[in-house]
Amino acid sequence: MRFMGYIGQWRRAAKEVLDRTTIAVNFLCWFHITGNYLCTPCHAYGVSMLPTLNVTGDVLLAEHVSPRLGKVSYGDLVLVKSPLNPKLRVTKRVIALEGDTVTYFDPLHSEASQVAVVPKGHVWIQGDNIYASHDSRYYGPVPYGLIEGKVFFRVWPPDDFGLLGQ
Amino acid sequence: MGLSSFLWNCTKKFATAAVITVTVSDRFASVVPVRGGSMSPTLNPKSGSQMGDFFDDYVLVEKFCLGTYKFSNGDVVVFRSPMNHKETLIKRIVALPGEWCGDHYNHDVIQIPPGHCWVEGDNADSSMDSRLFGPIPLGLIRGSVTHVVWPPHRIGAVEKKTPPQGLSSVLE
Repeated sequence: MRFMGYIGQWRRAAKEVLDRTTIAVNFLCWFHITGNYLCTPCHAYGVSMLPTLNVTGDVLLAEHVSPRLGKVSYGDLVLVKSPLNPKLRVTKRVIALEGDTVTYFDPLHSEASQVAVVPKGHVWIQGDNIYASHDSRYYGPVPYGLIEGKVFFRVWPPDDFGLLGQ
Repeated sequence: MGLSSFLWNCTKKFATAAVITVTVSDRFASVVPVRGGSMSPTLNPKSGSQMGDFFDDYVLVEKFCLGTYKFSNGDVVVFRSPMNHKETLIKRIVALPGEWCGDHYNHDVIQIPPGHCWVEGDNADSSMDSRLFGPIPLGLIRGSVTHVVWPPHRIGAVEKKTPPQGLSSVLE
């Protein structure tokens, strides 16, 4: 009889543990799904996007739906995995899509403006501050698959809280 | 009342299962089919026959390598095609950042830029790879192929091998 009592206790404890684990796992999975498929906060700092984003670092919201559906177009702020270092993510503006001809001006490297054609499946990204930005003018057009999200909302600083214009 | 609560419970269970499946396949490992013969004889050795689709290999793709982006020569990887983001390709890494790679197509030798790698299919004759679109950014990689899981007689690990780089492939 005592043996049966022990078993009952153990069963109850195991059920409790299982329930708690399920809740925790479920929560983490939902967290992952919202972060990967819906939207994530991201932190952008540096001088490359100057008039639009501040140097000290803005907290932005990026949504992952439109890149997945292929709805990225001219002038959108995008979150891109840097082609030179896959662990880094940079915020830049889409200037041209596949098949377009870009005329760009790189004050750091040459005086004259240059022309490039964006190949199939690529986009041309540039920072708003053309004097201090490390972008497509340096590493060329980036594959569309590197685009992680479209930045649409600014959370911090509180003065600029709201949707980001084009 | 009984029916609606039963349906609600079913929906809840189904949603939980779906969410956990998606998370596991995103974070840890997933199984994908291999289409086409560009990696033959390692994967899909007998593609091109009438029954090709039925006997396609299914491979296990692990995603832990995405945390560090550390790869070695000869790894088979799954990546988004740089020409079309909706397409996924499976190829073998031939050269990593900083290495020199001979491009037999143009008879040219190039150095792989930082953050990029050179990928090639095992079946050089019918493969859309870096010989066509150049080195690809490591950020496009979505996982590395470790095992073949289907069909049963081909279950086993996918071996790392460095493709013949020397004289033989140049002479072809």
